[in-house]
Amino acid sequence: MFIFILKRIGVAIPTLFILVLLSFFLMQMAPGSPFTGDFNMPPEILANLEAKYHLDKPLWQQFAYYLKDLLQGDLGPSFKYKDYTVNELVAQSFPVSLTIGSLAFLFTVIVGVGLGTLAALKQNSWIDYTVMTFSMVGVVLPSFVIAPLMVLIFSISLKWLPAGGWNDGSWQNMILPVAAMGILYVAAIARIMRSSMIETLNSNFIRTARAKGLPRHHIILKHALKPSLLPVVSYLGPAFVGIITGSVVIETVFGLPGMGQHFVNGALNRDYSLVLGLTIIIGSLTILFTAIVDILYGLIDPKIRVGS
Amino acid sequence: MKKPFKALKLVGIPALTLAASIMAATSASAAVVPAGTQLAQVQELVRGNGSEPASIDPQKVEGVPGSNITKDLFEGLVTQDSEGNTIPGQAESWTVSKDNKVFTFKIRDTAKWSNGDPVTAGDFVFAFQRAVDPETASRYAWFMEIPTIVNASAIVKGQKPADSLGVKAIDDKTFQVTLEQPVPYFIKMLAHQTTFPVPRKVVEKLGDSWTRPGNMVSNGAYKLADWRVNEKIVLERNNNYWNNNETVINKVTYLPLQNTPELNRYKAGEMDMTYVIPIEHFKSLKKASPNEVKVTPYLGTYYYSFNTQRKPFDDARVRKALSYAIDRDAITQYVKGQGEKSAYTFTPDTISGFVPPTTAYSKMPQAERNAQAKRLMTEAGYGPDKPLELEILYNTDESHKKIAIAIAQMWKPLGVKVTLVNQEWKTFLDSRNDGKFEVARAGWIGDYNEASTMLDLNTSTHGQNDSQFVNEMYDELMAKSRVVTSDEERSHLYTEAEKILADEMPVAPIYQYVTSRLVKPHVGGYPMSNVEDNVYTRDLYIKKH
Amino acid sequence: MASISLKSGTVNNMVKNESHKAVENFSEQLANGRLEIEGRSLWADARRRFLNNKAAVASMMVLAAVTLLIIFGPMASQFSYEEIDWANMAAPPSMETGHFFGTDHLGRDLFVRTLEGGRISFMVGALGALVAVIIGTIYGAMAGFLGGRVDNLMMRALEILQSFPFMFLVILMITFFGRSILLIFIAIGAVSWLDMARIVRGQTLSLKSKEFVEAAIISGANSSQIIFRHLIPNLLGIVVVYASLLVPGMILFESFLSFLGLGVQEPMTSWGALVNEGAISMEVAIWQLAFPTAFLVITLFCFNFIGDGLRDALDPKDR
Repeated sequence: MFIFILKRIGVAIPTLFILVLLSFFLMQMAPGSPFTGDFNMPPEILANLEAKYHLDKPLWQQFAYYLKDLLQGDLGPSFKYKDYTVNELVAQSFPVSLTIGSLAFLFTVIVGVGLGTLAALKQNSWIDYTVMTFSMVGVVLPSFVIAPLMVLIFSISLKWLPAGGWNDGSWQNMILPVAAMGILYVAAIARIMRSSMIETLNSNFIRTARAKGLPRHHIILKHALKPSLLPVVSYLGPAFVGIITGSVVIETVFGLPGMGQHFVNGALNRDYSLVLGLTIIIGSLTILFTAIVDILYGLIDPKIRVGS
Repeated sequence: MKKPFKALKLVGIPALTLAASIMAATSASAAVVPAGTQLAQVQELVRGNGSEPASIDPQKVEGVPGSNITKDLFEGLVTQDSEGNTIPGQAESWTVSKDNKVFTFKIRDTAKWSNGDPVTAGDFVFAFQRAVDPETASRYAWFMEIPTIVNASAIVKGQKPADSLGVKAIDDKTFQVTLEQPVPYFIKMLAHQTTFPVPRKVVEKLGDSWTRPGNMVSNGAYKLADWRVNEKIVLERNNNYWNNNETVINKVTYLPLQNTPELNRYKAGEMDMTYVIPIEHFKSLKKASPNEVKVTPYLGTYYYSFNTQRKPFDDARVRKALSYAIDRDAITQYVKGQGEKSAYTFTPDTISGFVPPTTAYSKMPQAERNAQAKRLMTEAGYGPDKPLELEILYNTDESHKKIAIAIAQMWKPLGVKVTLVNQEWKTFLDSRNDGKFEVARAGWIGDYNEASTMLDLNTSTHGQNDSQFVNEMYDELMAKSRVVTSDEERSHLYTEAEKILADEMPVAPIYQYVTSRLVKPHVGGYPMSNVEDNVYTRDLYIKKH
Repeated sequence: MASISLKSGTVNNMVKNESHKAVENFSEQLANGRLEIEGRSLWADARRRFLNNKAAVASMMVLAAVTLLIIFGPMASQFSYEEIDWANMAAPPSMETGHFFGTDHLGRDLFVRTLEGGRISFMVGALGALVAVIIGTIYGAMAGFLGGRVDNLMMRALEILQSFPFMFLVILMITFFGRSILLIFIAIGAVSWLDMARIVRGQTLSLKSKEFVEAAIISGANSSQIIFRHLIPNLLGIVVVYASLLVPGMILFESFLSFLGLGVQEPMTSWGALVNEGAISMEVAIWQLAFPTAFLVITLFCFNFIGDGLRDALDPKDR
């Protein structure tokens, strides 16, 4: 286990380095600069701005500056939000995305696994079809339709829930975004769960269990569920990072101060340091969760040995 | 549209009368609650603010969202009443030297920072120097160059130290500014956030983090209470504000929202005032809740720039033909439909101190303009057998998109084949600034209420002269307008300038902006005639509802 | 040969005696000279299974209908997709005015625009998926077949790309290729092949040890011949399944770009752009949302059902 983690870290560091390097240079290649604005700045003012952020230096030197700060855990000042550093912006927005994301994740897993199992057990019945068709709504309907629709129904017409805002994380503000975000993934999980459950139920050890006369719910919960979850886990690893780092659509519709908005706006504003900082964080999380999935895999399925 | 009376006629009035006239118009910067109005128990306001401000540091603000917030937090030497007239702010009075170059301001004894410290002339000196100091790298440093404050340009260029700026503190409460040229609209410019004071001690102690909640000290009607990037900025009443007694609203929350998300929040009752009304919803909202839809004139013009350095747009006939063929009334009525006015001059009618001339083509009916356009196109050598192909460049936005589509259709009968090019904001700016376009969408909002804020744009050296229009006569007229002393003379020069624009058509004015927003009926004091769209929260109040 | 190798494509799932039977079949066919016909037996089998899947067949038919409508529908209307009807702006559907689906806020006919948008959406989906499939298949097959250090290196590169935030790449590409939605989707296809490559690599690894590949190696075929002539044809099943799921993904992604305002250039349109415009004005002009969304949803449903059907038919055990 220890060696496995070491190995992973050994791979992660150069991966991250290449990630930073590529993002840094790609970002600079995009037309426009953080300082192009509504009006053309007199060249001397532009020069002052560029000097302040080291943008007047050759590219490799800028990169060196950036790396040096990065090694000290400093992601630099935001180019767009002049009153903030990237560290501060991340510290503000990550908890929001993490909370919404984790709840949406929980919602997704419970509903998705539940629906998938239900559909598998009633395979080819009307329940199966209804459940699978219904769960597909999240796959075929863009979230920028689902989310405003929810606002229209639950906030404006029924006045049950707030139409947006974070409000220091009050539960009323979280219900709609969590549901809107969760729905996107329910379908995928339900489908994976369904087919893997069907497969498990047809396998020999379940047949044996049945032959032994074990009660049905006992078979499903004790024997079938665990192996059926394997593919779900391998799907969720990468998906989890996507969920917790925020969705720009959900955040825009509900006015949430999460990472997704920062990422897209940062790229559109050419806020180099903000985008780079977020890229590094999202990249690291991806690497981290891929590793965690591998470990989880080993825990669920003893056949796969971690580290081998 | 012209306002009947201006409390402050700046242009060309001898200095002392100027101060006197200000003292006479005692409309204070405060909410005017009509007698008999029942105020609500809870005086809290939630406003839409478009997007997250880049900064709320007065010298670093760049854009309307930041400007709105700083105007609540800070106050300059002068400020505006709800009509947009300039009134005394932190300065209770001022005098101007005979040559109109030296301005001496007397700061109120009651002017205090939110931490109780007095606002001193030193704070103003610090702020003015800060605005031009290359160290600050302010985007609005040019704002100090326009009134030609002594040495401002040299300091911005890094040729002189910041402390050589023509400002000084004669004593703690007396602040003096010296200009290189007698710029008549200098006082008006002082209601702009770039000239707001900042608390020297606090900024020097805390550096860039002085704008955080808990750190920030301000001198306006409000102080910063909370700030969550991309969610909200909360301001609370500043009890140390000199005119605090007249402030009614205790707390104001700014939300960085616009369009549909904002509209939904408003409809759900979570907001009192929006930033915009989505173009698609305007008509139905106007029908459903006419008393909540507020449309006010806005000091700006929406126009199309022709790249005059590129063939065939170097030919004035082509530019004129294209401009004539735009049916402005159709755009203002059908496409925008929010009460915008068709524009045939570059300066909007709402500007103070100047009545834009009636250009010849504005008097023709559209059919005649179309016929003229066809004739001009033929003269320039284009027609059905030799169609002109061009690209319209616009940035990603529903309303720009709709206008571009409509204009493309209007140009079709001329035999013009239009390709629409939509670019996201930064790429768009890059293309437009670098002259990588043929016809580009543009808009300009005045920085202060005087015609030069618009007309200067088309001078050959102006940074925003996207059409790269070069006309010596025009440049000369505008240069002259800075030094003439009489109103009439200046108006005459501006009229001449507008005539050149109508003849040469480097840009095609399309409509004059309006501001439209939804305001709940319980919000009182909403300014219906501040053309710079300065909605100071201190002027508002919440009625019982 | 064809029959055996095709079977080997799914051989990991097959019971031994089945492949025995196949070999017997094969020699029999060879003897009877009916190789050509029987050689498709696996595909025939797959077709039978697919045709038994009601949802998939129905989807196929609906999709065909949608396609026909998209191609020929605009001819049924008197309007063009860019023409402004000043008298009918944001008008609800009406037979009298000839605007079957109503008009948008600029008075353009939504019936024609919906169908026109469908063309773009289909094109974008197909192009993006095609590029992803081609790159993914070749990359995966090469990594899997070449193995060893090359495989290691290629997989490492894949990992790096995978940890790259996708949105970042896409926005960058839009700033580069801003002018052409097709180019953008070719580019998006070029970055969404990662999963495909992984799956193909896995399959290749298991195929590699199969007799027919060894036979090819012994008979002196070089790497590229083996990859393109022997491996890739056998990977076709899984590729088709994956591609059928990629197409709707791409169509949906286009709609996301439209949400950000980075989609197709006006006056052209796509379902994503139309749905986005509709979503903005759903309270005031529901038809602007309803019609394009209906088309989008139905099409995506169909693609998903067809994908499921193909998977069950071609690769019964694969998830």
